[in-house]
Amino acid sequence: MSQLSRSDVANLARLARIDMTDAELDHLATEMDVILAAVARVQEVATPEIAPTSHPIPIHNVTRPDVVSASLTPEAALSGAPAQEDNRFRVPQILGEEA
Amino acid sequence: MITRSAHEMSAAMVKGEVTSEQLTQLHLNRISAVDQQVHAFLHVDTEGALAQARAVDAARSSGEKVGPLAGVPLALKDVMVQKGIPTTAGSKILEGWRPPYDSTVVSKLKTAGVVILGKTNMDEFAMGSSTENSAYGPTHNPWDLTRIPGGSGGGSSASLAAFEAPLAIGTDTGGSIRQPAAVTGTVGVKPTYGGVSRYGLIAFSSSLDQAGPCARTVLDAALLHEVIAGHDAHDATSINAPVPEVVKAARSGDVKGMKIGVVKELNGDGYQAGVRSRFEESLELLAKAGAEIVEVSCPNFEYALAAYYLIAPSECSSNLARFDAMRYGIRVGDEGAASAESVMNLTREVGFGREVKRRIILGTYALSSGYFDAYYGSAQKVRTLIMQDFTKAFASADVLVSPTCPTTAFKIGEKANDPLAMYLNDIATIPVNMAGIGGMSLPCGLAPEDGLPVGFQIMAPAMQDQRMYSVGAALEAALLTQWGSPLLSKIPALAGSK
Amino acid sequence: MTLTYEDVIAKYEPVLGLEVHVELNTHSKMFCGCSTDFGGEPNTQTCPVCLGMPGALPVVNEKAIESSILIGLALNCSIAPFSRFSRKNYFYPDMPKNFQISQYDEPICVNGYLDVEIDTEEGIKKFRVEIERVHMEEDTGKSLHVGGATGRIHGADYSLLDYNRAGIPLVEIVTKIVPGTGKYAPEVAKAYVAQLRDILRSLGVSDVRMEQGSLRCDANVSLRLIGAEQLGTRSETKNVNSLRSVERAVRGEMIRHAELLNKGERVVQETRHFQEDTGLTRSGRSKEQAEDYRYFPEPDLVPVAPDAAWIEKLRESLPEHPSLRRARLQEQWAVPDKEMAAMLNADALDIVEETVLLGADPTRARGWWLGEISRIANESGVAIVELAITPKDVAQIVALVAKGDLTDKLARQVVEGVIAGEGTPQQVIDSRGLKVVSDESALMAAIERAIAAQPETAEKIRNGHIPAAGALIGAVMKDTKGQADAARVRELLLAHLGQPNTINP
Repeated sequence: MSQLSRSDVANLARLARIDMTDAELDHLATEMDVILAAVARVQEVATPEIAPTSHPIPIHNVTRPDVVSASLTPEAALSGAPAQEDNRFRVPQILGEEA
Repeated sequence: MITRSAHEMSAAMVKGEVTSEQLTQLHLNRISAVDQQVHAFLHVDTEGALAQARAVDAARSSGEKVGPLAGVPLALKDVMVQKGIPTTAGSKILEGWRPPYDSTVVSKLKTAGVVILGKTNMDEFAMGSSTENSAYGPTHNPWDLTRIPGGSGGGSSASLAAFEAPLAIGTDTGGSIRQPAAVTGTVGVKPTYGGVSRYGLIAFSSSLDQAGPCARTVLDAALLHEVIAGHDAHDATSINAPVPEVVKAARSGDVKGMKIGVVKELNGDGYQAGVRSRFEESLELLAKAGAEIVEVSCPNFEYALAAYYLIAPSECSSNLARFDAMRYGIRVGDEGAASAESVMNLTREVGFGREVKRRIILGTYALSSGYFDAYYGSAQKVRTLIMQDFTKAFASADVLVSPTCPTTAFKIGEKANDPLAMYLNDIATIPVNMAGIGGMSLPCGLAPEDGLPVGFQIMAPAMQDQRMYSVGAALEAALLTQWGSPLLSKIPALAGSK
Repeated sequence: MTLTYEDVIAKYEPVLGLEVHVELNTHSKMFCGCSTDFGGEPNTQTCPVCLGMPGALPVVNEKAIESSILIGLALNCSIAPFSRFSRKNYFYPDMPKNFQISQYDEPICVNGYLDVEIDTEEGIKKFRVEIERVHMEEDTGKSLHVGGATGRIHGADYSLLDYNRAGIPLVEIVTKIVPGTGKYAPEVAKAYVAQLRDILRSLGVSDVRMEQGSLRCDANVSLRLIGAEQLGTRSETKNVNSLRSVERAVRGEMIRHAELLNKGERVVQETRHFQEDTGLTRSGRSKEQAEDYRYFPEPDLVPVAPDAAWIEKLRESLPEHPSLRRARLQEQWAVPDKEMAAMLNADALDIVEETVLLGADPTRARGWWLGEISRIANESGVAIVELAITPKDVAQIVALVAKGDLTDKLARQVVEGVIAGEGTPQQVIDSRGLKVVSDESALMAAIERAIAAQPETAEKIRNGHIPAAGALIGAVMKDTKGQADAARVRELLLAHLGQPNTINP
């Protein structure tokens, strides 16, 4: 049975901010099914009593002192900007919620 | 000269037989002559390399003390940020980007006087096992130009095998240093996670990525390992402990009394016959050198691949979110009243290749609410199980060994449309990344059926990287005695080479 | 028809929830060494880390962790023995990595409380506000919207981004739901934020300048019918940038919800923006689909596991708790309850204390700040701390009055002058020529002139009709431009006209 529909993949693409054609979505939905079937094997052995590992090397409390270090110059900071104006990054109109 | 080891080149410079500038020029000439066929490099920094070389020559002639690899040329995987030098990670989305800063690895290379020739080709954002996923076209294996050089660091491994550079930097998330080394007959080492700083390494999967040395000999890899390793305050996951004495271990190559554990699950079905026979012969050589060969079992390794293909895509879906056309990289569709959101969507559609998009979508799914526990959460538990397997295995063996890959280099295009078949290449290398331990691949001969190189993998416990070098050096020495000359002396000559 | 607040509370019970974001005042950012100074030129305080450049990695600022633990301790929280950072994934141009490093299921501090007091007609009332969590995160950059009429995001042609603020350490303090405040909900919300701000200031961990955004409050409000169990749908009001606005926003939302509910309509669960000018809230652009933040442990950072010794060291460094300090000052200064409440309400405690520490008499200091200065502040609709008069100025004015160099009337003019930006009290005195006329011959000359101008009045006084003296004193004060001491004028006048000084002014 198919796990992911085209609209599921479309929703994932929206979350990931990638424009996709319907053909791409369909193709990916098929591929995802195959891959998900393979990776779902992890559930066979992942029993509740096993602690998850997110860091391979168990260290903690790594911090830096609160000391100011040199920043980039605005020229360097903006050197790769696709567009800029007045030492600011210029971006297309933002259709979002007002921050 | 260019077929020598880095160590020998360095000795020649010390004796005054050659200058770094001459050595660098020889390699630049070689690149000009053969790289059209190999396509190991995405960018060659001729002027920068020669300037660095001249600076080392000047320092040396003024009597300054220089490091053991000073003046030796190196090829840098394009995933490593270098100030002012185009850095793309093999992706179109970063086309034309020149970083305003150096990665820690690059800073250390510069301090050590290592001459950076340029940036090498790779699978886009290090996702792949063949370098076919590069947005800039595939790299060809110098052993057979119709075959893949491994991936993701195929440019680095190919540059070594093509004698375009004696040293290279790779990064290894699931085998991207070791598998290319295996299929090109070169040496590649993935150090313990946290052994080499990740600052300035363009992240694919942060909890798995690790940069490491690539070379043609075990000693060269060790010399480079010591240059790039060490604690870095800019990387919170960097280990604050002395660097393991890998050069000393590589020089001694002593395995007497060492227990070498053969991982039962990483051999057998699915492994090419020639790969298995070369592996078995190598075990015999190690036994002759005084090591004790034992068998160990790691039953959870069979879940490693599945867990890897959840953890790595999950982390990459987040790591690659920053490529949004706002601050750097290409921008697509910024016309008329286009919104930031639509420009992001279009840029990411055009800027990312198929494999990258596939993994971002997979990772987005695995992290999404309602699926997190079943996928990402379960994968992290498998990670715990794999670490437990290693802990048990290392209780009865000093190092573990396996073939690096199930097969020798396959043909370009052969697996391009079958992601799962492609993923299987990494079956033997992935457990090392999952556990954060060290792994090395060195050449152990040519498979009789196709005449292509076979890799021998050595795995050591975390922060015991020197053990891999002891065993690697011992095997390398025994094989050299048997063969009479290094494996790469058997590589077919490339057109245009003298 | 618009409901009155009384209509609302007669029928509904409000339930509050408050989220306060505090910018810490560390020197450097949360995860990199860039300066956190306010007001720098655009993109001068940025680096590969806070610009989210490929390859850059975060490293946690130790001071930010310590500040967060201090906040937790001051709010009676448990400090988690193991805490982690997570990534909150969503795309927004002001967020360089397109994820925010935050804390999700393992915050640094949990389960605390803050007791707040408010002054009501029924006397001082105390409410306990329970704290759910205190966690660390990073701030975003700032966007400037260009084009369009309003400078707002909607209708803008494009935006310009400055990432100086990106990565400044933030601490988010989240309350549990606060039921049972009844009609006092708006005041409780305001008092909570005010007292929280006092604690943060006393800890020295933040500038807590609401007007600069270093303390920001989101107010969640829902209503349920009095006696009902189930919670109503809440709205989350952002952009609440002053204490007064907190109170207005809660009150306004209560009325808005009640109007909807009375009409049988639904309250939409949404983010709303507080409008400082109207005191109303405006709906944020509702999202077509819900965000899924896909939280997961931040792999570039390692866990924070503060040990007992570290926590104890921080606990020992905690300053006097603001509630204890209030009690102490009230006793030291002998302030009646009612006036203490007024002082807290006007947010004048710190400024009065500073004035007292500069040598002013506590009653006098309080009198100036809560009297004349508060009056001017109210007239101009600002807080007293925003006026251009400092505790030092007030202490000087109090001293000058005590010495007799200024009368109260003159002192008021000095206060006015300082607030108007005419300089220090001395500069105002000099430039306005405000000086008590204590030269008795000059006063006598003025008295003579007044008598000459109003001979009949003088005659009445000579005949024992003392109340008539007021008219002559007034004339003298006018003559001396108010710079005479009226009591002394009275003495001299009555003596001159051969009458006893019977009424103490």
